[in-house]
Amino acid sequence: MSREYELVAGLETHVELSTKTKIFCSCTTAFGSEPNTHCCPVCIGLPGTLPKLNRQVVRSAIRAGLALDCQISEISKMDRKNYVYPDLPKAYQISQFDKPLCRDGSMELSNGRVIRINRIHIEEDAGKLVHEQGDTFVDYNRGGVPLIEIVTEPDFRSIDEVKEYVERLQLTMKYLGVSDCKMEEGSLRCDVNISVRPKGSAAFGTRTEIKNMNSFTYIARAMEYEFSRQVELLEAGETVVQETLRYDVAAGVTESMRGKEDAQDYRYFRDPDLVTILTTGEEIEQLRASLPELPAQKAARFAGQYGLSPADAALLARYPRCADYFDEAAAGLAKPKTAANFLIGQVFSRLGSESAKEACAIPFDAKALHDLAALVEEGKINMGLAKSTLEKMLDSGKGPGELLSAADMEAVDDAKLTELCRAAIEADPKAVEGYLGGKEKALQALIGAVMRATRGRANAAAAEKVLKGLLQP
Amino acid sequence: MGIIKTIQQKLMAGEFSCTELTRAYLDAMERDNGSLNAYVRATPEDALAAAAQVDQKLSVKEALLPLEGVPMTLKDNLCTKGIETTCCSNILKGYVPIYNATVWDILQKQGAVLLGKTNMDEFAMGSSSETSCFGGSLNPHDLSRVAGGSSGGVASAVGGNLAAYGLGSDTGGSIRQPASFCGVTGLKPTYGAVSRFGLVAYASSLDQIGPIAPSAEDCAAVYDVISQYDPMDSTSKGALGPASPHLEDGLRGVRIGVPEEYYDGVRPEVLSALENAMAVYRSLGAEIVPFSLPELKYALPVYYILACAEAASNLGRYDGIRYGYRTEHYNGVHDMVCRTRSEGFGKEVQRRILLGNYVLSSGYYDAYYKKAQGLRGAIVKGFHQAFGKCDIMLAPTVPMTAFPLNFTGADPVETYLTDICTVPVNIAGLPALSTPCGCDQDGLPIGMQLIGNTFCENTILAAAHQYEKAAGQYRRTKWGVSL
Repeated sequence: MSREYELVAGLETHVELSTKTKIFCSCTTAFGSEPNTHCCPVCIGLPGTLPKLNRQVVRSAIRAGLALDCQISEISKMDRKNYVYPDLPKAYQISQFDKPLCRDGSMELSNGRVIRINRIHIEEDAGKLVHEQGDTFVDYNRGGVPLIEIVTEPDFRSIDEVKEYVERLQLTMKYLGVSDCKMEEGSLRCDVNISVRPKGSAAFGTRTEIKNMNSFTYIARAMEYEFSRQVELLEAGETVVQETLRYDVAAGVTESMRGKEDAQDYRYFRDPDLVTILTTGEEIEQLRASLPELPAQKAARFAGQYGLSPADAALLARYPRCADYFDEAAAGLAKPKTAANFLIGQVFSRLGSESAKEACAIPFDAKALHDLAALVEEGKINMGLAKSTLEKMLDSGKGPGELLSAADMEAVDDAKLTELCRAAIEADPKAVEGYLGGKEKALQALIGAVMRATRGRANAAAAEKVLKGLLQP
Repeated sequence: MGIIKTIQQKLMAGEFSCTELTRAYLDAMERDNGSLNAYVRATPEDALAAAAQVDQKLSVKEALLPLEGVPMTLKDNLCTKGIETTCCSNILKGYVPIYNATVWDILQKQGAVLLGKTNMDEFAMGSSSETSCFGGSLNPHDLSRVAGGSSGGVASAVGGNLAAYGLGSDTGGSIRQPASFCGVTGLKPTYGAVSRFGLVAYASSLDQIGPIAPSAEDCAAVYDVISQYDPMDSTSKGALGPASPHLEDGLRGVRIGVPEEYYDGVRPEVLSALENAMAVYRSLGAEIVPFSLPELKYALPVYYILACAEAASNLGRYDGIRYGYRTEHYNGVHDMVCRTRSEGFGKEVQRRILLGNYVLSSGYYDAYYKKAQGLRGAIVKGFHQAFGKCDIMLAPTVPMTAFPLNFTGADPVETYLTDICTVPVNIAGLPALSTPCGCDQDGLPIGMQLIGNTFCENTILAAAHQYEKAAGQYRRTKWGVSL
């Protein structure tokens, strides 16, 4: 009988910052242009060139650090990480080694567990190799694009935790506006350190590191595969070898890139071309004050202020633009939950794609949603009519004012209802006869008539009560 | 009067046109460079084009800018747009920069006339310019001697009257040592006074660009133009102010410090030349203040550890992928990079790359690099305290006069030891210059070194200028242009 094993994982996440220009020169950071068109002597490391730190990178990184509850270093510096690879034009990457900009942060997950963030540092991205026509080319457009690397402690115990962390991280960066975190463009990439140990054991197992994954699916699959692989090794009485792995997407397996014995010696040392990075407490406080409401805060507010369920609140917070739209629609409503249900239900289902939800591509403005919810709240229209009206709004982009007539929205008060009920009784003597003869069902025809007469605005239960009263022998 | 002022006066007086002057220099280069090997590349077309512009200006009696129309040269590690820049290394043969070094940008705007690029030790690593892939530059005072290094070409050209002045770079003495060997004046400014942008890096925390010229007055004129803050170099600060207006500042009451450690192991004739200089300074009213600066004994190992570490990293980019030399036959990219570097770099450069990677590697970092950084702090502090006791310091530039040819090839450590007097100021970031103070029994020039406090170039330039006026030891050689 095999023992039960626990997964232990830590993450190193590279996030490309969406500054206008690169970290050490004034080239654009735009993605997707012709190869080697976003380059200059500095970012391709021509002899004699010197880097100049883009201060916006420091500010973005500090905001990211503050959003993740980090301590910010008032004194920091850049170091050279030396290694040879064709996509690295200086043969060193300018990074931060022992004095990262941000330290000791954390993120609390929905299950209450806290993931400790060891550090966040800034560095430059490398270019990339392009394999074409049996040859290899180098594109340096990405070289010098600013990155932050966010390093956690080995605090993850499940793949779901990793997934939630990465999603939250991605969302937080988008809220901050420091990165668009497009995983498919590689602007968010993860290295996962993973080990296993028997449940209840306090000691860590030997870890492996899976490098450079840029999709939730691959991260989950690679971790599943690697977890099973390590467990099987241990079950077979073998040992896990400390090594760096690559996840082969096609084969669905992890494979070794290099072992511990050929671990790179990066020969880090301070970059003499760059001066000490000084940040004042005042600047840090200004940046703290500039932080927007973050996803977790927003979800908590939606639950508290608007009475949404935690799941609905979190769902809305995932789409910052939709969340803003909802805030606008909800203002002044007694029961904003109705508007939330419209948005999360019919509207989201019509939007369909993630990108449409991210863009909040709704054809009518927040006031229109507010008005619709208000009509329901005031009893002017019932839910059925509201839903059909909402479909028309999604089709046409028009507001409820344009789509509903005055008669549709005329209030059905008690006197009006009694009047309509009397009319229904007079108009259908057969049904009255049937009801009085003991056929409960015959009443439905009368209720239906009242509803038709009000185009659904009347409250069916109230109509039933009035009808029963009038027909009482 | 300095050569720069002399040339400009003659140009304005119409004694010769800038084109005639430039042609005279180009002709002299054609005639004498075969003997001196000072230049590795002449740029006659650019020079004559620049000269024509100056003549245009002169024809309408427009006033000249401070260095305008003066023919000059640049060490071959300063990037010149459209002009091959090789650092005298096979690995960069054929490399044509697409941008200008900031200093060359400044000088071009000043109407400088660039005659060509001058010889140097490969990537500025050496003390004789003999590690150059073009062979060493020879000493204009004695062709059986080296011009020194690494800016040997500039010193040979200036000493051989093949340029009015030149810009070199100084990482551990590479301006001052060849200036001393060739009997001219060379200034290494304070770290940060002159932009390093466009200077092909050897050791970034030590490198500094500076002038080599016949006199301190000329060096001051060039320094005043090039010492500008440059936003492209984060370590750049620019000068506090111009040095030229202070050249005539008197030396009365100036305290000239003599740190005894600099005088250990110095050849007797060098020592006596320095003693004579001290006497001149006393006669000018200065006070000679001997003291000990014990931290100096760490300077040489600290220098070679830090310089090699930075060099190993700075030179990693020469891999044959983007520019420069690439090996012909290879098997895969790793093999290509290895072969390119083994074939493209000379022995001395390879030696320093190996040393540098060694001192930075895990397991040795603490014992070497980290310790050297700590000692660097001690040396900085030692100098700082010493400048409480004196205003400037006087020391030999090199413990000897120019080496015979091929002297440095034999034992690298022996050669490294000759840098003992020049490396300390690079470690401390201080300004220092070398100026002629006599000659040995073979008639070879001896240089004395004046060291100033941070951004106090004006004090050492004034002291050198006052000495020159009182006891001038500059001797014109038979080569080149006679004005």
